[in-house]
Amino acid sequence: MQIDKQIKQSNVRNFSIIAHIDHGKSTLADRLIEKTGLLTSRQMQDQILDSMDLERERGITIKLKNVRLTYKAKDGEEYILNLIDTPGHVDFTYEVSRSLAACEGALLIIDATQGIEAQTLANVYLALEQDLEIVPIINKIDLPSARPEEVKKEIEEIIGIDASDAPLISAKDGINIEDVLEAIVNKIPAPKGDINAPLKALIFDSYYDTYKGVVSYIRVFDGVIRPGMEIRMMSSNKHYEVTEVGVTTSGQKPVKELKAGDVGYLVANIKNVKDARVGDTITDHNNPTANPLPGYKKVVPMVYCGIYPAEGEDYNSVRDALEKLQVNDASLVFEPETSAALGFGFRCGFLGLLHMEIIQERLEREFDLNIVTTAPSVIYKIKTKSGELLSIQNPTNMPDATEIEYMEEPIVAASIMTPTDYVGAVMELCQNRRGVFKNMEYLEETRVLIHYDLPLNEVIYDFFDALKSRTRGYASLDYELKGYQRSELVKLDILINGELVDALSIIVHKDKAYARGRNIAEKLKEEIPRHQFAIPIQAAIGSKIIARETVKALRKDVLAKCYGGDITRKKKLLEKQKEGKKRMRQIGSVEVPQEAFLAVLKYDDK
Amino acid sequence: MKELGVYIHIPFCSSKCYYCDFVSFSNQDYKIAGYIDYLKREMDLYKEYLKDYTVKTIFIGGGTPSYLEGHFIVEILEHLDKNFNLKQVEEITIEANPGTLNGKKLYQYKGAGINRISLGVQSLNDRLLKSLGRSHTSMDFFRNYELIREMGFNNINVDLIFGLPDQTIEDCINTLKKVIDLGVEHISYYSLILEENTMMKKWYQEGRIQLPQEEIERQMYHRGIDLLKDSGYKHYEISNFSKEGFECKHNLFYWKLKPYIGLGIGAHSNISNKRFWNHSDFKYYYNSLDQGKIPISGEEIIDKDMEIAEYMILGLRLVKGINKKEFANRFKLNIEDIYKGVLDKHEKGGLLYTDHEWVRFTPKGLDLSNLVYVDLLP
Repeated sequence: MQIDKQIKQSNVRNFSIIAHIDHGKSTLADRLIEKTGLLTSRQMQDQILDSMDLERERGITIKLKNVRLTYKAKDGEEYILNLIDTPGHVDFTYEVSRSLAACEGALLIIDATQGIEAQTLANVYLALEQDLEIVPIINKIDLPSARPEEVKKEIEEIIGIDASDAPLISAKDGINIEDVLEAIVNKIPAPKGDINAPLKALIFDSYYDTYKGVVSYIRVFDGVIRPGMEIRMMSSNKHYEVTEVGVTTSGQKPVKELKAGDVGYLVANIKNVKDARVGDTITDHNNPTANPLPGYKKVVPMVYCGIYPAEGEDYNSVRDALEKLQVNDASLVFEPETSAALGFGFRCGFLGLLHMEIIQERLEREFDLNIVTTAPSVIYKIKTKSGELLSIQNPTNMPDATEIEYMEEPIVAASIMTPTDYVGAVMELCQNRRGVFKNMEYLEETRVLIHYDLPLNEVIYDFFDALKSRTRGYASLDYELKGYQRSELVKLDILINGELVDALSIIVHKDKAYARGRNIAEKLKEEIPRHQFAIPIQAAIGSKIIARETVKALRKDVLAKCYGGDITRKKKLLEKQKEGKKRMRQIGSVEVPQEAFLAVLKYDDK
Repeated sequence: MKELGVYIHIPFCSSKCYYCDFVSFSNQDYKIAGYIDYLKREMDLYKEYLKDYTVKTIFIGGGTPSYLEGHFIVEILEHLDKNFNLKQVEEITIEANPGTLNGKKLYQYKGAGINRISLGVQSLNDRLLKSLGRSHTSMDFFRNYELIREMGFNNINVDLIFGLPDQTIEDCINTLKKVIDLGVEHISYYSLILEENTMMKKWYQEGRIQLPQEEIERQMYHRGIDLLKDSGYKHYEISNFSKEGFECKHNLFYWKLKPYIGLGIGAHSNISNKRFWNHSDFKYYYNSLDQGKIPISGEEIIDKDMEIAEYMILGLRLVKGINKKEFANRFKLNIEDIYKGVLDKHEKGGLLYTDHEWVRFTPKGLDLSNLVYVDLLP
């Protein structure tokens, strides 16, 4: 088969696709696969690269993968095109940077009707940092509202690359796909690497396979890797024997070796993805390279929340599920914790809010678990009066206010791209969220890029949704951690029926505590069903009550009529009512639905 | 011989009431004669199956059975007698709407063995009757009631609904008093339920009608209970009251989980650990019978756990409650073996009362029975 055929390094092209969500990355990938004859469209699932259901539903890619295409170009030569897929969200910036590092070039897909978005721009900068050749592609030219010439101009002005001969395509309709393939061959440089130097390969993704153990996607920069070799992970110095290397075409195909310039996969009896971290350099254990590839960092969680089994759900099932997810996701961390309100559960750390939501949804969908999630938190730094330095991410652990000398909270540098019409709305939102305006760049007449420094704890509460709703979905957001800053923070507690519910406590800026307290109490009033008795809901700072609501007592819940023909139907109603109770947590004598725990997440700052 | 209850459904009405979600039709009078024929065929099919049963109660419901000419009812009961064992029948009820009865019909009913008349009165406030889509007035009721008595019926039920749009407590108690003054043997006093797919539900959702507040509605219920009790009625089921010895025997079959068969479109049956129900559509109902098949549209197998839960849920509707000894005899288990936790929880919460012999709802429990029922489901 052609896979094992020796291909010259000069006939290899390694590339990624950079695109905003919905701009057609997956569709174009499908077309490239189809066009190069790897799979017939019939064999192809709708969108090959996004194989997880959740990703497909949300139109985003979580796990990056690669695929190897063979293309006979117009110059008569046969080329190997390695497409390396990248995740498309702000939480996964590091992963994106690593897969870009495995390439020599990137296709930049721009929607001909919408132009450049903030997210795209952020990834373009990442690609430029890696010295990648950027090949602009204008997509969706089939739409009547397409404005390719303006978009070309935009690319030239905003990014500063030549877009005059950018292919104009429609991935959906398969128009001008050949132009894209030619551009890859002609514009993206071939890899340069020394086959005879000691092995140097980059891991850009790892996942766990039940049969093979950890499978890592790698890009070989120097040397050769083949089964039987002893390899070393340069971050940990752990070494493993290679059992298989291969390439991904229509499925994984083992090959004899991968050499400098190649992209493929590696199996080496590794039991946990933690031991094959993204960004790590692999070298020959017996003939190591002196310098690892630059850019490796161990990713650390930015956002934490508690995950607890819902009423009647088993603690061990939740732990098993988290362990299974972690095997494939080195950036997910968790440890057991106990809540007075919710019992035994887990404190989990995530790269960001989307990552958190993805994990929550996977627990519910793939593992069919009923879970309760507590309000997300960031990591706060506290200097106590006794001179101690603390890092806390669980509000419950916050010391008494009298013991605190000062507190610091994480600040992010946020870039928001928006049509000029919404500048006022965006700035108002950022201002409400304690943002500090940095500057504003006009990208073109109708669009601006606004830079704000924002406290991360404001961003994690519903900021993205608020931004979208204020700009009718037009604004896009990108952010990165900037550092820590002193801040006047207080712990806001919620009491239900007189009982403090630790799982609902949050840390907020003191100027916002009253509004948040009122807001949460009102939300909880809506979410908590009426009981036999009236339920007071209070928000408090320390011993001071700052807001109060009451869930009125239920006076009537009865089937007035129940005769022979009613029984089956009425039983169904009762069963539905019972089903609803399953999603509740008992707090004292009050049954609190899971949704109530999300109430603290929603800001509603209209 | 095992005891059996028989329900016969007559799905015809002069008009559809706004709150009604039963299988009933107006303007389909041309179907009546044909439907009666099919009802008879259905009885024929059950003959063999029910040969070990003796019928104790018969309930002809609807729709408005009294809307039909009297001879149809006579035919139904005669045909039932040919196929089923009616030797030990104690109670035969027919539902009637005020204004549909006359001396001839009542004479025919009497001759056919009917000994209980259930009147769908709902209210004696003519404005409210109109707002419910009822086709009769309070005067129709008084006239028909007199006639029924004159014809010698001594077991009459009156159905009343409270919690109607814009109804006041005074209005509600007023109607109740007038009915009590007549000395009827049995009163069903229901809280209005807005069922799905009814006109009233739709209007309520659209904000076109307002219902009394929950507090007021519960006062209507509890003040009604007090008045009825003071007037010599026994409160024997959540919504049912009777003079001593006049409880509805047929309905007790449902609540005590005894076997019954339902005949006619949409009718439900519960026999041999199975609940099943007939097609609600004339066409399917007729087709099945044309093929000599019992016209069942769906069924539910009741396993032991569900049977116990149903026994509890239905049994607790009876105000005197569930007798622990009867429970133990029926299921060879003590009630506490299964429900200790639930009973304790709701006794503590003030919804249930228990002693060594009985488990029953407290007055508060009657308002919040679903909270207990949910916990009783398997």
